[in-house]
Amino acid sequence: MQRIGVFVCHCGSNIAATVDVKKVVEMARLEPGVVHAEDYQYMCSEVGQAKIAAAIHEKHLTGVVVCSCSPRMHEATFRKAAEKAGLNPYMVEIANIREHCSWIHKNIEEATEKAVILARAAIAKVNLNAPLKAGESRVTKRALVIGGGIAGIQTALDIADAGYEVDIVEKTPSIGGRMSQLDKTFPTLDCSACILTPKMVEASAHEKINIYTYSEVEKVTGFVGDFTVDIRKKARSVDMTKCTGCGVCQEKCPSKKAPSEFNRGLNNRSAIYTPFAQAIPNVPVIDREHCIKFKTGKCGLCEKVCQAGAIDYTQKDEIITEKYGAIVVATGFDTIKLDKYDEYAYSQSKDVITSLELERIMNAAGPTKGHLERLSDGKPPKNMVFIQCVGSRCSDNRGKSYCSKICCMYTAKHAMLIRDKYPDVNVTVFYIDVRTPGKNFDEFYRRAVEDYGVNYIKGQVGKVAPQPNGQLLVQGVDLIDNKQILMEADMVVLATAIEPDPSVRKIATMLTASIDTNNFLTEAHAKLRPVESPTAGVFLSGVCQGPKDIPETVAQAGAAAVKAIGLLAKDKLMTNPCTAKSDELLCNGCSQCANVCPYGAISYETKLINDHGIREERRVAVVNNALCQGCGACTVTCPSGAMDLQGFSNRQILAEVDAICR
Amino acid sequence: MQEIINRAKELLADGTVARVLGWRIGDLPYNPEPSYFETAEDLEKNFVYDGFCGANLSKYMIEGSKLEGKTLVFLKPCDTYSFNQLIKENRVDREKAYIIGVGCKGKLDVEKIKAQGIKGILSISGAEIEGDAETLTVNTLYGDKTVAYKDAMLERCHVCKGKEHMIFDEEIGESKDTKDADRFAEVEKIEAMKPEEKFAYFQKELSKCIRCNACRNVCPACSCRKCVFDSTKFDSAQKANADSFEEKMFHIIRAFHVAGRCTDCGECSRVCPQGIPLHLFNRKFIKDIDEFYGDYQAGADAESKGPLTSFTFGDVEPGVTGGRR
Repeated sequence: MQRIGVFVCHCGSNIAATVDVKKVVEMARLEPGVVHAEDYQYMCSEVGQAKIAAAIHEKHLTGVVVCSCSPRMHEATFRKAAEKAGLNPYMVEIANIREHCSWIHKNIEEATEKAVILARAAIAKVNLNAPLKAGESRVTKRALVIGGGIAGIQTALDIADAGYEVDIVEKTPSIGGRMSQLDKTFPTLDCSACILTPKMVEASAHEKINIYTYSEVEKVTGFVGDFTVDIRKKARSVDMTKCTGCGVCQEKCPSKKAPSEFNRGLNNRSAIYTPFAQAIPNVPVIDREHCIKFKTGKCGLCEKVCQAGAIDYTQKDEIITEKYGAIVVATGFDTIKLDKYDEYAYSQSKDVITSLELERIMNAAGPTKGHLERLSDGKPPKNMVFIQCVGSRCSDNRGKSYCSKICCMYTAKHAMLIRDKYPDVNVTVFYIDVRTPGKNFDEFYRRAVEDYGVNYIKGQVGKVAPQPNGQLLVQGVDLIDNKQILMEADMVVLATAIEPDPSVRKIATMLTASIDTNNFLTEAHAKLRPVESPTAGVFLSGVCQGPKDIPETVAQAGAAAVKAIGLLAKDKLMTNPCTAKSDELLCNGCSQCANVCPYGAISYETKLINDHGIREERRVAVVNNALCQGCGACTVTCPSGAMDLQGFSNRQILAEVDAICR
Repeated sequence: MQEIINRAKELLADGTVARVLGWRIGDLPYNPEPSYFETAEDLEKNFVYDGFCGANLSKYMIEGSKLEGKTLVFLKPCDTYSFNQLIKENRVDREKAYIIGVGCKGKLDVEKIKAQGIKGILSISGAEIEGDAETLTVNTLYGDKTVAYKDAMLERCHVCKGKEHMIFDEEIGESKDTKDADRFAEVEKIEAMKPEEKFAYFQKELSKCIRCNACRNVCPACSCRKCVFDSTKFDSAQKANADSFEEKMFHIIRAFHVAGRCTDCGECSRVCPQGIPLHLFNRKFIKDIDEFYGDYQAGADAESKGPLTSFTFGDVEPGVTGGRR
C-alpha cells in the first residue's frame, strides 16, 4: 500500500474562489492510501514546495497528489520538488482542479464535488504508480529548418551564427518565400527585395548553412535530439554544379505557357525557369509537366543552348537522409481560395484581384512592370475599391474565424502608394474595423487617411457586379452614415484571408506536432512557450504558428533559433521513462502494435517461453525504449493487453475511470 | 463428399499430411463437429461434409500449426478469409497447412428449420452438397416435412462473400454465390433508431447473454493466447459479470477488439445458444470502416495492413470532421 500525501492548492482565488479547498482536503483524507492532506495558497511557491518536502520526510510518503493547475503548467515543478525530497518523481500525480474545474464552473458546490472526484482519480492512480527512471539520449548537433521564407532564413542564420550546422529545406526552386513576392513593406515602405535579398545571399553564403531547394521533407523518424529525416530532392533536370545561371535556356525555351507561380498566375513563364531574377540558387528547374522534351521527346533546345552542359534530362529525384537534433517549422502561408466568395466576382473579372496579386502588379519585376493597370484591358484605373476581411473574421464556415492581422496595414500601404504615385486615382477602402496596433502602425494608417486622402468607409461590400462596359459595380453599405452605397470601380482588390500553407498538415503529421482546427501549429503554451511545439525538439517560426507580419516573424524566428540552440548546446537529454512495455507472456505476436507505431519502436523476437508448463517458441513484441515516445497507440491496439504504457498503464487508467464513476 | 474423403486418404497415405482437420458426424443429424482424423478408417467411417458443416476450421489451425507435420484443412470460401487474417497476424503457419478449398452452396441453420414449426427431427436429407440443393426433406417423429433450402440458410449465407477461395492448395467441388440480401440492411435499421430505441434494442438482445463464451471461443479473430476476460492481470474480467450493464460491456469490448480484423464470418451468431445477432456489432464496425477508409474486406489477402492499423495522409479524421468519406 502506498502512503499518499494530498496537497490542495488555492492558486490565490483562481481555485479557492470556486472550489471549497478545505472540503477537498477533508474528502481526500478518506481515500485509501492517503496518510496526509493539506491545502495552501500557492503550492508552486517555495513555501508550498517546502510543505510537500516536509510531509514526504515526516510522513514517509511514497506517493504525492497535487490538486492544482494543469500538469502542463507545474507537473515538472512538483516532480522536481519531490525528487529533491528523495521521492521518485514519477510517484507524483497532478489533479487538474483549475483548468478542468474552477475556471469552467461557477457553482461552488458542483465545482467542489468535481474537484473531489478529480483528486480521487489521481489518488487511485498513484496507488498503482511505480517508480520510473529516465534514460539518456544523445543530441545531434545539427538543425533542420523546413521552409525558406524570411522566417526560415532568419532562424537558420541565427542558429548558424551560434556555430551549429543548419539545413534549410524549401519546396520551391528558390528561397525567399512570400516576402520575395512583396513590393514594399509597411510601415517604413522599404522595398521588400532590398531588405530580403541580402539575407538570402547571407544564408546561401554561410558556411554552416546548407540549402536544399526544390526539395521536400519525406519522412521523419526519431525524437528530440535524434531525428532522422528523409529529404526528397526533386529532379531539377539541371546540374547545379555546372549551371552558371546565365539564363539563356529560359529565353530560348519555346514552351512559355506555364502560369508563373511567383506572379500568382498573372502571367506565364517558360518551362525551364527560375521563379524570379534574384532567385537563390540562381539555377533553373525544368517543370516537366510543361516541358516539350518531357511531353513529346522532341525539342531539347535548352540542352543545345546551354554552354555549361548543365541540362540533364535523366536526373531523378534523390532521397537524402540526415540526422538532426532540432527541427524548426517555418512553412508560412498562402491566401485562401476564393471559390466560396462568388459575390466578389473574383472568378468572373480579371479586374478583381487579391492583395498579393496587387503586390505583383505594383512590382517593377511583375507582370505589368510595375504599372498600375487593369488586367482586362491594360487601361489605368480611375477608381479603385479595396475590400477588407475577405474570408477573415468570418462567422459562417466559408472563411476563417480569425483576423489575418496583416491586411489592415498592407491595405493602408497599397492605398497610400497608389495615391502617391497616381494622385488622380480615387481609392476607397471598405472595412469592418481598422486594426493597427504596433509600433508606428496607427500613424501609418492615419497618414493614408489624412495625408493621402484615402476614402475609408466602415461597412462591408455585398456584391461586386461586372458591367457590360467593363466597369465593376460595387454595392456596399456605410454603417456610419447608415446608407447603401453603389459605386463604379475599375479595379477591386480583395484583402484575402491568409491560411497556413497546405503542406503543413503533412509535415505536422510526420513530426507528430499538433495543429489547430485552422491548421496553425499549436504552441506548447500559448503564452509561455509560444515558439515551441508540444512535440519536443520541434520549434515554430513565422506564420505557420499564427498570422503575423514581417517584424513579428523575424522576432519569432530569432526566438525559435534560440530555443533550438538551447537544445543543440546540450550533449545529452533525459528521456521520457513513460514508454511502452510488452508482457511477453501475453503477446500474440500479431504485429498490430508494430503497424501502428509511428516511431518504428517495436520489433519482434522469437523467444522460448515457459508459460505455466507450456514451453514453446513464440514471436513476441519488443519495445526499443530509446525510440518509444509513449504515445500509447500500441496499447490501445493490442487486443490481448500485452502492451502497456509505463506511468499510464491500463490498470491505472481504469482505476481513474472507476474512481470517477464510483 | 466421397471425393473429399478419397483425396484426404491419399494425402495421409503419401505422407503429405500427418492429419486431417475436418468435420466429424455428430450425435444429431444437424450438428457435425470440428475434428482431427488420423486414419483412413476414421475418415471413411466418421467424416462428413454437408450443408450443416458451417463450422469455420481456420481457428483450429492455430493449434494445428504447433503440431508435428502438416495438417490437411478443409476451408469453405468464406473460411479462407479468416485463414488469411490469421496468417497476417502470425497466428497460423501457412507452411504447416495443406488447404483444400471445398465447395459450398450455402450452410444451414437448424434453428431456421425449427422456427418453421418443425419438431422431433430424426434426419434431414437434401443437405448433401451435391446437386442443386433446393429442397430439404426433414424426417420427423410426425412424418416427413419439406423446407426450401434457401429458407433454412444461415444469415451469413444470404450475404455470401462469393464462391472464390482466397487461399488454397487445391479445390474440390462446386460453390454457389448465395447472396440475396443487403449486407448492411440490418445495421442501417439500427442506425436509424433513436438513441432510446437503440438502447432498448441492445438491452433486449444482450440481456439474453448467459456468458457461455461460445462466441468468443469460436471467433477466429478472438485468438489471443490469454483473453483479457480470463486474465487476472486486468480488471476487465469483472467487467463481464452478468448484470444488466456489464454483460453489454463484454460484447462491446469484444467488438472493439476484433474491429478491423473481423472477416464477418458469422460464427459468433451461428454458435450463440441464445440467438443473439452478435454479428451486427461487427458489421457496424465494418460499415464504418468502409465509409471512413473505403471498402475493406479483412482477410481478402494475407499481407496488407488493415485500415485501422495503417495510416495514410488521405485518411478521414472522424474525430475532427465527424465526416464520412
